[in-house]
Amino acid sequence: MLSRGGGRARPVEGNGFEVFSWYFFRVSGLLLIFFAILHVVIMHVVNTVDEIDYAFVADRWGSPFWKVYDFLLLTLALLHGVNGARVSIEDYVRSAGWRTLAMTTLWVTAFVFMVIGAMAIVSFDPAAFEAAHAGR
Amino acid sequence: MQRIYRGREGMISWALHRLTGLGVLLFLLIHIADIYVVAYGPEEFNSLLFIYHNIWFRLMEVLLVGALYYHAVNGVRIILIDFWDGAVLIQRKLWYGGIIIFFLTFIPTAILMLRPVL
Repeated sequence: MLSRGGGRARPVEGNGFEVFSWYFFRVSGLLLIFFAILHVVIMHVVNTVDEIDYAFVADRWGSPFWKVYDFLLLTLALLHGVNGARVSIEDYVRSAGWRTLAMTTLWVTAFVFMVIGAMAIVSFDPAAFEAAHAGR
Repeated sequence: MQRIYRGREGMISWALHRLTGLGVLLFLLIHIADIYVVAYGPEEFNSLLFIYHNIWFRLMEVLLVGALYYHAVNGVRIILIDFWDGAVLIQRKLWYGGIIIFFLTFIPTAILMLRPVL
């Protein structure tokens, strides 16, 4: 199918992963308009970076709502972004060797950052930290 | 065909979409790394915040938000063209409409973001 002049053309049916990726891009993109822009507005417009410190984060992540929110934002943004980088590599990195290197780097990076991002959110517990360091 | 297409709204919007997308992804990776430091406690995390208070980093953040807004507006344009036949006919109007929405949202955001240093 030819591109209609917007983004990439929808991949032909039967190519399961590419069709899924095409739809995922659009669905996650719409969700991210809400999640990412609200995040930016809260962190940079309502508050500013001058107000954000450990206490600010601890206060926010004291609420399960914001933990879930940030986890969804992390997952959607990272998968959406990595999928974009994947498509760009396929478009611009033509030699097989460089492409393998770029793809390997991309997926390893995606995996590592997904894990440390999830750990940061899920394991965050200021009370446990204070207890462990009390008397230091 | 290619000569006519080159450099027109469609190509500019495409190039900007990729550029802003990769820029936002790069910031996301930095941002995941910095928020990971929160697990090491208040002193360690707060000691890194001078980066965010640096004037050049603030300006980069404004650029980042601009990239995000552009990517969002243009993404909606792409989805409209993908799923609505009528959008194909008014694609150039959609592009200029998107540019207007971008500036109407980005300029107030940029001013508010920079208000502590303006």
